Amino acid sequence: MSPESAPTGDDRLVPQPATIPPPTPSSHSAPYWEAAARHELVYQRCDACKRAEFDPAVVCRRCGARALTWARSAGLGTVYSWTVVWRPQQPSFVVPYAPAIIDLDEGYQMLAAVIGCRVADLAVGLRVAVEFHPVADGFALPYFRPA
Amino acid sequence: MHPFRDVVVAGVHNPRQARVLEGETSLSVAIDATLGALADAGLDVRDVDGITGSLSSDLTYELGLGPVWQSASALGIPAVMEAAAQIATGLSDVVVVAAGQAGVYTERASTAPWTRPNHEFVAPYGMFTAAEFALIARRHMHMYGTTAEQMATVAATVRNNGHVHPDAIYAGRGPFTVDDILASRMVADPFHLLECAMTSEGGCAIVLARADRVPDLPHAPVWILGGSTDRIGPSYRHAPAWDLRGRDPDGIPNGYVGRRAARRAFATAGLGPDDVDVCELYDPFSFEIIRQFEAFGFCGEGEGGPFVMDGTIGPGGRFPITTDGGLMAFSHGGQTSQLLQRVIRGVQQLRGTCTTMQVEGAEVALCSGGGAGALFNDVLLLGRERP
Ligand SMILES: [Zn+2]
Repeated sequence: MSPESAPTGDDRLVPQPATIPPPTPSSHSAPYWEAAARHELVYQRCDACKRAEFDPAVVCRRCGARALTWARSAGLGTVYSWTVVWRPQQPSFVVPYAPAIIDLDEGYQMLAAVIGCRVADLAVGLRVAVEFHPVADGFALPYFRPA
Repeated sequence: MHPFRDVVVAGVHNPRQARVLEGETSLSVAIDATLGALADAGLDVRDVDGITGSLSSDLTYELGLGPVWQSASALGIPAVMEAAAQIATGLSDVVVVAAGQAGVYTERASTAPWTRPNHEFVAPYGMFTAAEFALIARRHMHMYGTTAEQMATVAATVRNNGHVHPDAIYAGRGPFTVDDILASRMVADPFHLLECAMTSEGGCAIVLARADRVPDLPHAPVWILGGSTDRIGPSYRHAPAWDLRGRDPDGIPNGYVGRRAARRAFATAGLGPDDVDVCELYDPFSFEIIRQFEAFGFCGEGEGGPFVMDGTIGPGGRFPITTDGGLMAFSHGGQTSQLLQRVIRGVQQLRGTCTTMQVEGAEVALCSGGGAGALFNDVLLLGRERP
């Protein structure tokens, strides 16, 4: 829909088209994007204090240890906070879309977007599961759908 | 002895602000702002021996200030604090803090460039400033039942302050009711268009001086009673969670960023929230006013929504807010000038020179900048009485 149309709670949330700008990985996030391309959601766990760490870190943000090991997430979590955007960041994005912070069951938070439901279905505490959708240059982007 | 006893806010100036300043550049606006603030202080460019702000290097050259102490603090209150410390420690006598922006936001199909850094973990989800702050507001609504009407009351109050201010970009656009705010189109739920800052062009400048250098100021001197800055991390690169904390698991969460800064500012000043007469709060989005009242200790956690109702924040209320119309109606001239303009309005309130929304007899002003959606929040306390 165009930004001028009146938003309603019945609008369905879908993945963005593959034409949005792809992510620009940093030196220490490459393993995350390589796993995502295989449709695997990964995070780091601190060998010393066992904290689950995201986004990718150089040292544990709690204890400072350098030994962080990549681990695979089951991709299950709950919505911690959400919004619905009706004015796109840039024209390649299709509105509405729903950025959300997800509490992953492994004990970390990540920003993503919720799809596969109506706007009116969004709620804090909603159970969700990860799924991946392609973007340019071979990247895949994790989204979350009501579980 | 108070650390800023000898630091006086000598001059302030807002040149013309507009949605688009035809023919202007960021530098030309900053030059106008700097010269205006010096004139306001009764000083000459040759009196300046320090300058900070994002354009300080260009201003040093173009205004022929050199050799001069120069820094590049860019975000409003941190720059004022740096300039004040420079004078308080005897390293400079007259320091300019200047900002200006024009001709930067031209591609209007996208949100403004400073609202959307291209960071790998936020940009692919279409994030920009309004969505970042919406994630903070939504969490507060969930925890405490904060309502759309409470947030819209904030927006109507700030926009109506701008409606009557002749120099505000949105002068005469109102008045707005709560229903008007809620009827505007949704930008990033829960924020309607009229709950969001505008985008514009503009600039401003402040001149701080050692008190004995400016014994015959044209205006009443205004003093720095205290201030501090809170940072949690870089803006718009990590998930803006309310509960984001540093290493201390019991530390202040991002949702209350600014609390540590407010405590330090009040401690330096020897004051508390009840001593404040006017709150020139940073208003990027309606909810941020509610959050800052809680973070700064004006009310308890979760009480900010009810706190802003019943006239407390409006004209004649106990804590009038953002009396020039703020980022919603006065100006939001890019990345930095609107952060400094909260301080300028606080100075005008304490001088008693506001032509609109003057708080009669104001002795103490609290000015702020930043917000939880951007992982920073700064506080400055200004006073009419020398500390
Ligand atoms: Zn650790």
